[in-house]
Amino acid sequence: MPALSEDPRLRYVLRLADTSLILGQRLSEWVGHAPALEEDLGVANIALDLIGQARLLLSYAAQLEGRGGTEDELAFLRDAAQFLNLTLVEQPNGDFGHTVVRQLLVSAFQLELYTALQTCADPRLAEIAAKAVKETQYHVRYSASWVVRLGDGTAESHARVQDALTQLWPFTTELFADDGVDAAMIAAGIAPDAAALRALWSARIDAVLAEATLTRPADAPFPWHGKRGVHTEHLGYMLAEMQFLQRAYPGAEW
Amino acid sequence: MSLAAEVELAPGDWQERIWRLLGEVNDPEIPILSITDLGIVRYVRGTSREDARVGLTPTYSGCPATEVIRRLVEAKLARAGLAHVVIETQLAPPWTSDWITPAARRKLSAYGIAPPVESVTNPKRLFGAAQVGCPRCQSTATRLVSEFGSTPCKAHYTCTDCLEPFDYFKCI
Repeated sequence: MPALSEDPRLRYVLRLADTSLILGQRLSEWVGHAPALEEDLGVANIALDLIGQARLLLSYAAQLEGRGGTEDELAFLRDAAQFLNLTLVEQPNGDFGHTVVRQLLVSAFQLELYTALQTCADPRLAEIAAKAVKETQYHVRYSASWVVRLGDGTAESHARVQDALTQLWPFTTELFADDGVDAAMIAAGIAPDAAALRALWSARIDAVLAEATLTRPADAPFPWHGKRGVHTEHLGYMLAEMQFLQRAYPGAEW
Repeated sequence: MSLAAEVELAPGDWQERIWRLLGEVNDPEIPILSITDLGIVRYVRGTSREDARVGLTPTYSGCPATEVIRRLVEAKLARAGLAHVVIETQLAPPWTSDWITPAARRKLSAYGIAPPVESVTNPKRLFGAAQVGCPRCQSTATRLVSEFGSTPCKAHYTCTDCLEPFDYFKCI
């Protein structure tokens, strides 16, 4: 793939698309391995929603790019440094408690973000957001209910989800760390204000953590830059698997 | 319906004819319902049958049936001599379970899937426990097992009276 364009709108759409795609791919690793059949189905359905949202967003990104490319080329032929997902979503699944904590942190963020984007100045993004927000409500409800059950469960489950929260919390700083792309999108009437978004997200997360008897970790300094293409080592391994078929058999269809 | 009967329709009835053909295309995952029952056919437009366009909307962004439905519609129209009809995807307004027709809700229930019980315009729907009735014994003593069932559009419930597990078509 050629170098990514600097167009802020394209980059903004790719950040949304890649965050959904990478999280959907991560969640799909649970298929056949979840603790119970119901959770296998639950996690797989969330993955399906996320990949569906990613397809809509990647198709729009391909259109913005204007090179006649497709959603599949963007998903399967970009290298890690061209992926613009939040660093949080590429983190390994860990145990089921770890997965639902990560899901709550991301889904609560996506819910507030898509709610705001429904009325943004970009009509295509607004209609994708209106579709996604309905699905995301169920993702929040699912992950929050599991965080509460495990947090307010046994000493073992409480300790595990508290530990997951402590490990994942530092990555949440990136969710609200605006850069030039976000600033351009805010100026264009597309992206919502990060501070307002953070307040809504925090209130939602705090309510779940209180019910789950979990302690909110302190905010950490911000060393993560996934949305600028600088990733943790985990993304490369994941892409190696996700992109294998198109790399080994270019243009293969089924 | 036989092909001959369709061809004999007056030319002005082309829109009605397309709607009727679409009403014979069943959802691949819930074959008891047609795609018009589900409300996923949004429009049949055009100035004449020569430039007819059909608008479909997905139920969920990632629903794997979306692609299959599009092909079923293409095949149905082609068999009726309407291969030229353009099939478009409409995303907005997003599909809602409120568009499932009353007759389709009764069909769902008879098929063993509890239909959506509330309108999505009710702001409390995500917080209160919906009174989902068991499609087998009609008891409302039911319990949510999982927010997600066999497809994205369904949740998994169990009836605590007759002990039957069942799917519930979610409000979205």
